[in-house]
Amino acid sequence: MENKDITTQRTSDSLLDVERTFKERLAYAGRFLWRDRSGVIGLVLFLIVVIAAVFAPQISPYDPLEQNLRDNKMPPAWSDGGSGDHPFGTDNLGRDSFSRIVYGARVSLTVGFFGVLIAGSLGLVIGAIAGYMGGRVDTAIMSIINLILSLPYLLFVVFIASVLGRSLLNVILIFGITDAPIFARVTRGEVLRMRESGYVESAISAGARWPRIIFDHILPNLIGPLITLATFEMSAMIFYEAGLGFLGLSVPPTIPSWGNMLAAGRKYLQAYPWIAAFPGLAIMFTSLGMNLLGDWLRDVLDPRLRRSRK
Amino acid sequence: MQRYFISRLVQSVLLLFGVLLLVFIMVRVTGDPATLMMPREASPEDVEAFREKMGFNDPTLVQFGRFISGAITGDFGNSLHFKTPAMPMVVGRLPATVQLALTGLVFAVVVGIPLGLVGGFNPGSVIDNIGRFLALLGQSVPNFWLALIMILYFAVRLQWFPSFGRDEWKSVIMPAFVLGLPVMGQIVRLTRSAVLEIRGEDFIRTAHSKGLMLRTIYTKHVLRNVAIPLVSVIGVQFGYMLGGSIYIEFIFSWPGMGQLLQQSIGWRDFPLVQALAVFTSAVVLGLNLLTDMAYAIIDPRIRYGK
Repeated sequence: MENKDITTQRTSDSLLDVERTFKERLAYAGRFLWRDRSGVIGLVLFLIVVIAAVFAPQISPYDPLEQNLRDNKMPPAWSDGGSGDHPFGTDNLGRDSFSRIVYGARVSLTVGFFGVLIAGSLGLVIGAIAGYMGGRVDTAIMSIINLILSLPYLLFVVFIASVLGRSLLNVILIFGITDAPIFARVTRGEVLRMRESGYVESAISAGARWPRIIFDHILPNLIGPLITLATFEMSAMIFYEAGLGFLGLSVPPTIPSWGNMLAAGRKYLQAYPWIAAFPGLAIMFTSLGMNLLGDWLRDVLDPRLRRSRK
Repeated sequence: MQRYFISRLVQSVLLLFGVLLLVFIMVRVTGDPATLMMPREASPEDVEAFREKMGFNDPTLVQFGRFISGAITGDFGNSLHFKTPAMPMVVGRLPATVQLALTGLVFAVVVGIPLGLVGGFNPGSVIDNIGRFLALLGQSVPNFWLALIMILYFAVRLQWFPSFGRDEWKSVIMPAFVLGLPVMGQIVRLTRSAVLEIRGEDFIRTAHSKGLMLRTIYTKHVLRNVAIPLVSVIGVQFGYMLGGSIYIEFIFSWPGMGQLLQQSIGWRDFPLVQALAVFTSAVVLGLNLLTDMAYAIIDPRIRYGK
């Protein structure tokens, strides 16, 4: 009993301590979140975007596609000529900007979420195979991954998008596939590190078979780094999706997305700058939230990195 | 060291071959390259004539052989829009893109490294907080949007800079700033965390206990070790800027490779797109090769290890 106390005390800073219950870990994560205020801000910003996306029909005052040419290019509510009916004003076709921003969150989060899901799953499998098998398999897989990662990423995304044409599914697939190498590389590195660490070795010498090693020893330790990476990559995908939309290569123009709104607003930049301003702010808001959240997750989930923060 | 360089060179050539394969497959992935490249309103007869002229009716392997043998001599066929060879046109756009990327990189390095160093040596100080804030901003602000806002204020309202083109020296400032901002953020973060990490190492404590002057410790022990990750990141980021300036070139009508890519996609001029993709990849791969060589020269561990 006394022995155990000493262990707990010594490792009280480690979240991944096996002796802790789930609840204790959660409480610890909460305390850590509170100490690091920027993490709180990130979480709040991200949750606002998620809520906007989920409850878009309830939140938005208008149908995002409804055109009202009489009220076109109205400025935001707080400037001259604006009205409380359209808080962020209206676009060139008289559609309510606020409603379109709220619905745009759906497109961004859908692309980000499913893109990361596909990239993460592919990358996890490929990286785990490379790291676990080692040898020639590893060399072959890693050469291909390095090939893809050394290419000018944006150029190929634009190229592929232009060939495949505009659709939500295409955009998700493009990001899901082109981003998989990053997940594979991180997974492989972690698996390699774990294989060489003492605990996997001792599990093997204790007679554990490979399913047990993978599911009990390797996968749980991969979750931390992969969730952190997923946050950053999702933020990047939202960014790139908007960029593609801006070039007219993302979802069809009829779908309200932040990128499409920016592309439309660019034409009216000089006389009606707010049309382009709000979608840009929305992207910034989301990206800021996810970057802060990602920084915090990295600190919480990876105790090794913690000392370099403060 | 020679063996390391030769194996990296061979690798790069293989990678370039992979790019050629990828580019060849990409325009055929939808099934019919002729419909992809012809205008939507083209008649079936026109499409058929085009298919015959471009040799898309030949067996795929024959087409691939022709593509590769052309590519080796730098021949990617004629641009459909300009009716002249595609590759020379792409190469002609290189100086503008390099000028833009290089200016952006210089800005990112000149501002980013000092901010990161000061932050790493004095964590929590005012300058550190400014640096971290700028880094976060650079990461979070969509640069294509920032470009629009800057045009609005600095070009249209204040008229300090031209809003598009590449006619005078002032033209490069806004696009280079916007392109360099995210890179600057990365450099600040990397420099800062590298300094923090190295300061905690045992050999720094030893240096302190030997009674070395702070300045000697900083310049000789800390800075040299910080330089190693920085060189590789700067190399990679320069490659990223060369291939990633598409939005910026589009917005500022900067006559570089990114603008040509955006235009050629609009024209469905895929021979030109292919030439652009291959050439940009070759430049980026060459740059990565140079970075790795520089890396090996500064860090002996790379040369002798493995």
